[in-house]
Amino acid sequence: MIKRNIGKWLGWSYYLLLLLFLQLPILLLIVFSFNDSVLLTFPLKGFTLEWYRQLLGARELLNAARNSLVIGLISSGVATALGTMAGIAISRYNFPGREIFLNIATLPLVIPYVVLGVAMLILFQALNIGLSLWTITIGHAVINIPYVMLIVSARLSGFANNLEEAAMDLGATYWGTLMRITLPISAPALVAAFLSSFTLSFDEFSLAFFLAGTDNTLPVYLYSQLRFPNRLPLAITTAAVVILVSAVILLVSEWLRKVGTERKIRRGG
Amino acid sequence: MENKRRLLVLIAPPAIVLAIFFLAPLVIMLLYSFKDSTFGPMLPLSVKHYMNFLQTPSFFRLLLDSSKLSFLTAALSILMAFPVAYFLVFYTGARRVILLTLLILPAWTSFLLRVLAWKVILGSNGLLNQLLISAGLISEGAPILLYSQSAVLITLVYVWIPFAALPLFAAMERIDPRLHEAAQDLGASPAQTFWRVTLPLTLPGMASAFFFVFIPTLGEWVTPTLVGGVSGIMYGNLIQDQFARALNWPLGALLSVVLLVLVAVFSYVFNRFIPITEVPVST
Repeated sequence: MIKRNIGKWLGWSYYLLLLLFLQLPILLLIVFSFNDSVLLTFPLKGFTLEWYRQLLGARELLNAARNSLVIGLISSGVATALGTMAGIAISRYNFPGREIFLNIATLPLVIPYVVLGVAMLILFQALNIGLSLWTITIGHAVINIPYVMLIVSARLSGFANNLEEAAMDLGATYWGTLMRITLPISAPALVAAFLSSFTLSFDEFSLAFFLAGTDNTLPVYLYSQLRFPNRLPLAITTAAVVILVSAVILLVSEWLRKVGTERKIRRGG
Repeated sequence: MENKRRLLVLIAPPAIVLAIFFLAPLVIMLLYSFKDSTFGPMLPLSVKHYMNFLQTPSFFRLLLDSSKLSFLTAALSILMAFPVAYFLVFYTGARRVILLTLLILPAWTSFLLRVLAWKVILGSNGLLNQLLISAGLISEGAPILLYSQSAVLITLVYVWIPFAALPLFAAMERIDPRLHEAAQDLGASPAQTFWRVTLPLTLPGMASAFFFVFIPTLGEWVTPTLVGGVSGIMYGNLIQDQFARALNWPLGALLSVVLLVLVAVFSYVFNRFIPITEVPVST
């Protein structure tokens, strides 16, 4: 018992230490976003909201943020649709070539993005397709398909085929069953897959760097700004805003989840 | 027959998209590595860049260095994430999910800006130097860490700890607590229980964590550019450089092919021993 208490105490200390290690750099960015100096050095100079004011007028930056948002939504939508099809296929069918398909479809998970970025760049150049926000969207859809496929097939393999078979025995068509049984079963996985795709796309830099034309995504724009020391405060302030927004989204979705489950319980009782 | 048609409708769209935008680029990249020059015609094929690669020892050295660094990054990330995953799963009960969420929250912040934060910390007027000066350990601000391989390693480990923690957490969560009870009932000490029950069952998660940190790190070029300086460059910088500045696309393609072959060999060997089951996804 005493030993277990010591273990618990050690565990908590280590947890807090690691938490500090992981969060401190983020806090540092937030602190500097309020610092009245162009230089990101200590000691701090004083409190200011100047960077936030400038952020509102930073047209290029806001443009880039909007591009990232649109690319994130479209590429995650496409990846979720295609990945779900693949996920249903591999979890509901046993077909010749299934192993090969699975191996190829999961390959984007393990390929360094610099290699994929370069390869897609060469393809687009060979096909005479100009680089644009679309080429980035395609890149992001490709890297997200395997994630969606694995998340959906993991969910579906937790359910036996019975429900679908029952529906078809009762006269539902195959596609009707797919829409009314299989997809609703996978719904939580679809939402999770879409969200994780969006997060990945919104923050993805290495691939977007090679596939960007004249229009930038937020990470590509930020990277171009890092070379100019006097623009760093604005970059950091952007980070602070993104952190805040994602924290709010996280809290809201947690709250929605809670409300959702409570309702279900109430309705059940 | 009917079944076959349905399967085809489901599998054709993702298969076609992956064929055009994933497999085709890799094949064309391979062809490109035999091209004589960036702007010249495709034919005749040339092995010029292959000869160049084989005769330049610094390419190999950088590849080896980057592999070592990636290995260290993966190993250290797992080493640091392991105790915390263990503690959360076995000691904190129902609160473990929220505690884990707090821990991986930084991973949701822009990757670029997390790296930038370390530039601020490691720089000559950075947090670390200020601390060391006020502690009397060093006399004046010297960029002792920024622009070095150590800076790259520290930053990468920082970036990857949350992603290493996820598969470890998932693997440990799946361990049936009754196995621990059984081990103890049969007279195993806590240490024996750990070494002979918990650790072996966590191994697949650890393998996934290693894999999903090692591979992306092997292709890294952003972190080295920002905090590594000249002495901290990695193999990925070499590739990026051929496209962004040197404009030697065939050489860049070749360097990519080499990296791809290395990754393929590694994945194959890896998959033989431990199939990938855990994919670190942050939701």
